[in-house]
Amino acid sequence: MSKVEVNHLTKSFGSLKVLDDISFQVNDGDFLCIVGPTGCGKTTFLNSLVKLYDIDDGEILINGEEVDLNKHSIAYIMQEYSTMSWLTVKENIQFGMKVRKFSKEKLNRKTEEVLKMVGLEKFADYYPEQLSASMLQRVSIARAFAVEPDLLLMDEPYGQLDLELRFRLEDELIRIWQETKTTIVFITHNIEEAVYMSQRIMVLTNKPTKVKEDFVNPLPLPRNVTEEKFIEMRNKVTNLIKWW
Amino acid sequence: MKEKKLKYTLISTASVFCFLLIWYLIADVFKVFPSSTFPSPFKVATAFVRKLTVTTPDGGTLGKHLIASLKVVLLGYLLGIVIGVPLGILMGWYRRVDLIVKPLFDLIRPIPPVGWIPLMILWLGIGIQAKATVIFVSAVTPAIINAYTGIKQTNPVHIWVARTFGASNFETLLKVGIPSALPMIFAGLKVSLGASWMALVAAEMLASTEGLGYMIQMNRMVGKADNIMVGMITIGLVGALLTYILETLEKKLVKGGRNK
Repeated sequence: MSKVEVNHLTKSFGSLKVLDDISFQVNDGDFLCIVGPTGCGKTTFLNSLVKLYDIDDGEILINGEEVDLNKHSIAYIMQEYSTMSWLTVKENIQFGMKVRKFSKEKLNRKTEEVLKMVGLEKFADYYPEQLSASMLQRVSIARAFAVEPDLLLMDEPYGQLDLELRFRLEDELIRIWQETKTTIVFITHNIEEAVYMSQRIMVLTNKPTKVKEDFVNPLPLPRNVTEEKFIEMRNKVTNLIKWW
Repeated sequence: MKEKKLKYTLISTASVFCFLLIWYLIADVFKVFPSSTFPSPFKVATAFVRKLTVTTPDGGTLGKHLIASLKVVLLGYLLGIVIGVPLGILMGWYRRVDLIVKPLFDLIRPIPPVGWIPLMILWLGIGIQAKATVIFVSAVTPAIINAYTGIKQTNPVHIWVARTFGASNFETLLKVGIPSALPMIFAGLKVSLGASWMALVAAEMLASTEGLGYMIQMNRMVGKADNIMVGMITIGLVGALLTYILETLEKKLVKGGRNK
């Protein structure tokens, strides 16, 4: 059974049709990168998936059932800063775990683990206003990983990070995916990032958005961005996205 | 940091001294107004000390009037915020509550608290209940408005985060809505406190037998400007003290540099 099944998904904002009859499946353990032109509705799709937006038509199923955020363990890393200003870094990270009622022991262990993963151990008691933009995004990433989700949705999470950290977190994400086989849907406009990490790539068209191409990324892990095959794949995706 | 704090304290102290100096110059040195209507700071200070023990001409010492006023103001104010803050939160969070309460609230809100005094005298006499009700009306309005606005200003992204983790609507209110609205709620508590004192003095001037407003009114009738000023300064000092207590509580509860 597919982890995520999207059937004939249609979503409009007023007269503007954003998603037009989109259908695809994400299998259990997939690492799917969705790429497409800016403003093509990638975020709208993820927001519809977690029921932040009501859809006009079609259906989204998780494990064959309608999405239930209490039942399905989903974590969503948004594009916007989503850290809560009244909570410390540590408390922000523990937010999702507390909602999901993790035991105290597990809560503390996971907090330590993810703080280390994003390199914020020394900033555990800091408040968001004391952190840089990249650190804020790392807090959101840590918060999502902490709940050990079955389905991880990531909406351009590394867009605001510096290069070095981005590369580190990309490798870290690949490592976590290989270890846990968590299903990941990763939205990005960075083609190199998509080719570097994904196991499957889905290219969307401009609005109204349709699936232009959906294919398996055959390059073996770990990947090297300077290798000929990597560059070929990157060019292939670039050509698919081009609307000019 | 310590130096900065000391500098600010010095500036604040200097401004009070300047005010007192100007007052002294106008009243005692240049004698711009007659001392019976514009007493000097020294005369007011003397009256302040005297009023601690003397009951004339208003039938009570300063302490007695202060306690009477505090009882009324705290009763009305606490009732106002205990009802106003939760109501504002519920109106801001739950659309149904908003739809039911807001039309009524919008109708009552423009009526100045003092406008309730005649009706309260008719219904409840001139005792503590009538005055406390008038103060309740003054305190409840800013408490509702600020709690409502604070909740309405909750960042939708934070609500989304809670929802995607599976938080219920009530849990989201407790973990996101209320903490995020706290600075606005505290601002409302401070506005309510100021409004309560204003309403108290007005209520006591119109219908009372004790309290600071009553003391001011009685002394106006016998032309004792120094005692009037003693009453006014006492209201100012107690108001400032209560605001300080609120701000201390705010610093403890509002986290993340949002209480600067």
